[in-house]
Amino acid sequence: MILIYRTSTAKNINFSLDNFFMRLLEFQAKELFKEYKIKVPEGVTSKDIEKGRVDAKEMGFPFVIKAQVPVGGRGKAGGIQKCNNEDEFELKYPQVLNMTIKGEKTRAILLEKMTEYEKEIYLSLFLNRSKRCYTIISSAEGGVEIESVKDQVIQEVGLGDVTEKVAEDVAKKIGLAENSIPYFVDILQKLSKLTVEKEAELTEINPLVILKDGSMMALDGKLMTDDNSNFRHKELAKYQEKTELEKKAEESGFSLVELDGNIAVIGNGAGLVMSTLDMLTDNGGNAACFLDVGGTATTESVYEALTLISKMKNVKAVLVNLYGGIVKTTIVASAFLKAYDDKIIILPVFARLMGAESDKSKEMLQDSETQLSPSIEEAINKAVMEVNK
Amino acid sequence: MTGIFELLKGKGSEKQPVIVQGITGKFGMRHTKLMMEYGTNIAAGVTPGKGGQKFEDSIPIYETVKEAVHATGAKISIMFVPAKFFLGAAKEALEAGIKLLVAIPEHVPVQDTMKTIEIAKQKDAIVIGPNTPGVMIPGLIKIGIMPASPFKFGNTVVLSKSGTLLYEISNNLSNSGFGQCITIGIGGDTINGTRLVDAFDMVKDYPDLDGIVIVGEIGGDAEEVLAQKIIDENFKKPVVAYIAGRKAPKEKRMGHAGAIIMGNYGSAESKISMFSKANIPVAKRPIEVPILLAGKMGKK
Repeated sequence: MILIYRTSTAKNINFSLDNFFMRLLEFQAKELFKEYKIKVPEGVTSKDIEKGRVDAKEMGFPFVIKAQVPVGGRGKAGGIQKCNNEDEFELKYPQVLNMTIKGEKTRAILLEKMTEYEKEIYLSLFLNRSKRCYTIISSAEGGVEIESVKDQVIQEVGLGDVTEKVAEDVAKKIGLAENSIPYFVDILQKLSKLTVEKEAELTEINPLVILKDGSMMALDGKLMTDDNSNFRHKELAKYQEKTELEKKAEESGFSLVELDGNIAVIGNGAGLVMSTLDMLTDNGGNAACFLDVGGTATTESVYEALTLISKMKNVKAVLVNLYGGIVKTTIVASAFLKAYDDKIIILPVFARLMGAESDKSKEMLQDSETQLSPSIEEAINKAVMEVNK
Repeated sequence: MTGIFELLKGKGSEKQPVIVQGITGKFGMRHTKLMMEYGTNIAAGVTPGKGGQKFEDSIPIYETVKEAVHATGAKISIMFVPAKFFLGAAKEALEAGIKLLVAIPEHVPVQDTMKTIEIAKQKDAIVIGPNTPGVMIPGLIKIGIMPASPFKFGNTVVLSKSGTLLYEISNNLSNSGFGQCITIGIGGDTINGTRLVDAFDMVKDYPDLDGIVIVGEIGGDAEEVLAQKIIDENFKKPVVAYIAGRKAPKEKRMGHAGAIIMGNYGSAESKISMFSKANIPVAKRPIEVPILLAGKMGKK
C-alpha cells in the first residue's frame, strides 16, 4: 500500500505508507473483523500441506491460496494463487508456503473461497501522527496501490469514533450508490469500534468489495496494534510472533532489533544507538543488532545485554557506546568485568565510555579484554578492522 | 497559554515550585534528589496512600495533586508514574490546575496520550512527553532526568526527540562555547504532547536567541513539518540539525515507539531533504553539530 496526501500545515509533504509494517497477518486481522461482524470470505488457515489437503477437500475447488506474510505487495510477488483442482493444489501450495516475500517467509497459508463482486473500494483508519488524531481514508477505487488513486477522501476523526453522519458523508464523497451507503456506514462504524477498542494504529480493508445486493465484504485485512497497550489486550497476545532473543530482551527491558551484520551494537538510549549504527555503517561496518539497554542502565542490565549478545550467531565483535550521565560508566565497567569473570564474552569488545566517572571506569577496564577508545569514531574503526582481519 | 519561559522562570525572584507525582518510587526518589541538588524548587510530592509523610524529612507528600497544588501554588508537575497509570495521573494533574506537565514514563499507550492532549487543550496547559528526558534552563531549573554536566547556560536552544543524544550534543555544544537558554526533550513516542513545531513556537521569540539545534530521528514527519514552518515563517536565525537512524532498517521500531520508517514516511532521507529545502544543514555525526552551528552563525 502506498498512500500519499498533502497535509494542510506542510506543503510538499508526502504521507507514504508503502509496505506498512503489519503486525497481524491477514487471517488474524480477519478473525478480528469477524468478531466485529465485518463480513469476510469463508476461509481456513494451515501451516502444512497435510492440513491444507483436508481444508481443500472441505472447502471444495476453486479457491485462492494466500501467503500469510507481515508485509505488503504479496500479490505481485506471486503470494496469491488461484487454485482450480487437486493437481494445481499439489503444485501451488508448497510453492506459496516456501516463498519469501521482501525478506519475510510465509508464516501460514489461508485458503479462501472466491467471491463474486461488482466493485472494489478502499477503506482505512490510521493514526495520523502530525495531526495527532485518527484519520479515515477512503476511495472508490480499491484493490490497487492507493498512491495511484486520485480521489481519496480524507477525514480526521479525533480519538477514532466515527458517527453515522461522518460515515455517511464519506460514503457520499466517494460516490457510492444509494443502496450501498447503509452497508458502508455499518462497516466503517464497526471498523472504528475495532480500531478504538483494540487500540490499533492502523486498520485497513483493501479491497472492500461491493456485492450484487449492495452489501460489502472485506477481501483483505491489515491491522497494526500499539505495543504499549498490550497490557490491557491479553486477547491479542496470541498474534505476537517474537524470536527467543526478542522475548528475552523484552523481559530485561531492552530494545533489540536483530540485523544481518557481524558487529553487535550496544548503547544506552535509542537515539545514541541509532547514531552509532549510522556511523558504523558509514565506516564500512555491518551491525549484527541494535541493542538499547535504556537510558537507565544498571550493572545487571548491561550484564544481561552481554549475555544476549553472546547467544547471537555471526557476531565477531562488540561495539559499545555509552553516554554516562545519571548512569555512571563505572556501573557499566563492573558489568563487563563480571561478564569476563563468568566467561560470558570471549569476543573482542570496542568501547567508548563518556561522561560520569569515565576515568575511573577506564582504569577498571585497563587490564581487561575491552579496548577503550576516546572517541566513537576510533572504536568503530577498530571494530571494523577486527572483523575484516 | 502561558509561555514556557514564564512558567519555568516565574515572575518574582522566588523559584517556581514543582510537584513530583510518584515521588516515592525508586526512580522518582532518585531523580527528585538530583533535581533538588540542581536547585529546582521541589515543593511537594504526590503518592496515593502516602499522604502526610515527608520525602527526605522535608518535602511534604500529599494524597492528590489537588491538595499539593492547593498547598504550594505549583503550576508545574513532573510524573514518574508507571505507564499504565499515566492517564489517570495526567488527568488528575491537569484538572488540578497544572499548566506544565512533564511526563517521564515510557511505554504509554498512544490512546492515553491522545486523551491527555485533549484535556490539556481544554485546560490551556503544556504537556511535554511522554517518554521525555524533560525540560531545563541550565543553571536555573531542571525538570527531568537529564544529567547536569552536559548543559551550560547560553543562548542556543536544543530540541530533541532522543534523551542520550540530547546530552551528547548539548555536551558538544557546551564544550564549543554554545550554552543553552533552554533544552526541551520532545520524547520518542508516536504521539507527543509537545511536537517539534510546538516547541519551536515556544522558543523562537526568545530575545537573546542565537540559534536552534534540532535533534531528530527517523519516524513520523515532525522534522518535515518543522522545516516547512521555518520556510513559511522565513525564520532567519541559525538552525542546524542532526538526524539519527540514517542506516536503520525499514519497518522496525528502533528503540523508541515512534522511531519506525514505513515506506518513505519517516525516513531520514525525507527529513534531510526537507531540511535542505529550509537551508538547515544536517550533521552526519553528533560531534559535527557545533561546527555546523558556528558556520551558520558566521554566515549570518
